[in-house]
Amino acid sequence: MSLDKEKIKHVAKLARISVDEAKVESLTKDLNSIFKFIEQLNELNTDKVEPLTSILNQSLRSRKDEISDGKIRDKILKNSPKENEEFFVVPKVVE
Amino acid sequence: MSKEKFDYFIKGEKGKYEVVIGLEVHAQVLSKSKLFSGSSTKFGADPNNQVSLIDSAFPGMLPVINEECIKQAVRTGLGLNAKINNYSVFDRKNYFYADLPQGYQISQYKNPIVGEGKVLLDMPYGSKEIGIERLHLEQDAGKSIHDMDPSNTYVDLNRSGIALMEIVSKPDLRSPDEVNAYIKKLRSIMRYLGTCDGNMQEGSLRADVNVSVRKEGDKNFGTRCEIKNVNSIKFMQMAIEYEAARQVELIENGKKIDQETRLFDTKKNETRSMRSKEDAHDYRYFPDPDLLPLKLEQKLIDDLKKSLPELPDKKKERFVKEYGLNAYEANVLVSEKEISDYYEEVAKQSDKKLAATWMMGDLFAMLNDRGLDISKSPISAKHFAELVQAIKSGEISGRIAKEVFEIMVESGDNPKKIIESKGMKQQSDPKKLEKMINEILSKNKDKVDQYKAGKEKLFGFFVGQVMKLSGGKANPQLTNEILKKLLKG
Repeated sequence: MSLDKEKIKHVAKLARISVDEAKVESLTKDLNSIFKFIEQLNELNTDKVEPLTSILNQSLRSRKDEISDGKIRDKILKNSPKENEEFFVVPKVVE
Repeated sequence: MSKEKFDYFIKGEKGKYEVVIGLEVHAQVLSKSKLFSGSSTKFGADPNNQVSLIDSAFPGMLPVINEECIKQAVRTGLGLNAKINNYSVFDRKNYFYADLPQGYQISQYKNPIVGEGKVLLDMPYGSKEIGIERLHLEQDAGKSIHDMDPSNTYVDLNRSGIALMEIVSKPDLRSPDEVNAYIKKLRSIMRYLGTCDGNMQEGSLRADVNVSVRKEGDKNFGTRCEIKNVNSIKFMQMAIEYEAARQVELIENGKKIDQETRLFDTKKNETRSMRSKEDAHDYRYFPDPDLLPLKLEQKLIDDLKKSLPELPDKKKERFVKEYGLNAYEANVLVSEKEISDYYEEVAKQSDKKLAATWMMGDLFAMLNDRGLDISKSPISAKHFAELVQAIKSGEISGRIAKEVFEIMVESGDNPKKIIESKGMKQQSDPKKLEKMINEILSKNKDKVDQYKAGKEKLFGFFVGQVMKLSGGKANPQLTNEILKKLLKG
């Protein structure tokens, strides 16, 4: 698999990373060489191997269904880009 | 009842088209707290008051799963006759939006908690099985409010992180009516199970609707469009009708259908493309490194299975067998758990068939008029049973029963008291009736002569007179018999 410049720009856009046009060329080169290194893994036959999602051989820990959090609006809204007592306020996003 | 034939096709210039529909239903899990945090899930709280640092995605916070949400998903899976997967995995579904502070939704992709199942629909043309592809657990997003400010969007994260079950059907639905029946059935099953309240006004049940069309008889599916986030059955049906017609028109004009995400504009009654969602299917799923795989003990699944309540299909079968109802009556009476509970309570204490008739007639009409659920019925099951028994025993006529019913609604009194205090008991004493009828006949000699001369329509007139004189209390059957006898003589 090789990445072209368009793919790099697309992935950057999805991840909301702004990439300087002048850097696209060198980024493409770097990422392609990383990909090439990783692709060595394709030499192994993994047909009968389940993907490893965690290196811990444990199951998920769970909690009881109890209300133990919330009611900290003032703290949370400190991170809102614009000040408002009740809501996060962000630039208009509408279809 | 004669069976109708399925007949929902879009007629184009060049033939008939079949509509193929699949639904992704998002059902809010009934739980006190959220899927991965201890914030409350209660509807209608002040904005952003049920938000924890996890729900608002502060750095370094770790999600811990709510065991009740797991159980609710398993219960729902069992209710859909589905395979429960002992091993499932939580993935991150990445997309960028203001009401998704994490920048990803925790969902399940390759390994959902519930696999294939099925749901049975009762359609006028017979019963139809709809396949379930899967059910998985995921987080809900927050709510964006666009109409509070001309240049800003307001975000409320109270809903952020509440557990949803996404129930994906196979593309087995073929008409808006089938969609209606399917949603109602899913809702009914989940309400019986207590896993989702099914409240569509509050957004507890919403769906993405996949629609495609193909020429009648074609084996291959057409290109589908996905209509996002429709929140009422009526809108789903309208969206499907519009979308199917649009696709047929494109095909007939030799144009191509683009596979795309569309939204349904409820004001204009049309669907349109959501261009901003062009990248929407590029979610870059990967297993969430914060969460280990979910392994379910078989014992937990077996225990949950044993504790399931009787579900609508089983209950319907039992109602037909035990109470002698027909399939239609049984179907209506099991549609909501509360209705079936009320019916069983009434049927225990009165005539089972008559109870069904009166419930589905006068009681439902009254509740419907007043916009009430059966749980808020002004007439208790006990009083209703007494009314049914009073009709069955002949104590009051059906006509008088309607009056008693009205008074019961207004006063909440028991029917015995009403019948006695208002002297509404049916006149079933043959001697008294005969006397009354003789009186009427002697007052209307001319009409009696006309009747005897062959004008038999006048029989109704005499019955009317008896009812008038008795204040509607004359036993109708007895009145008919005595009238016939006396008019012959």
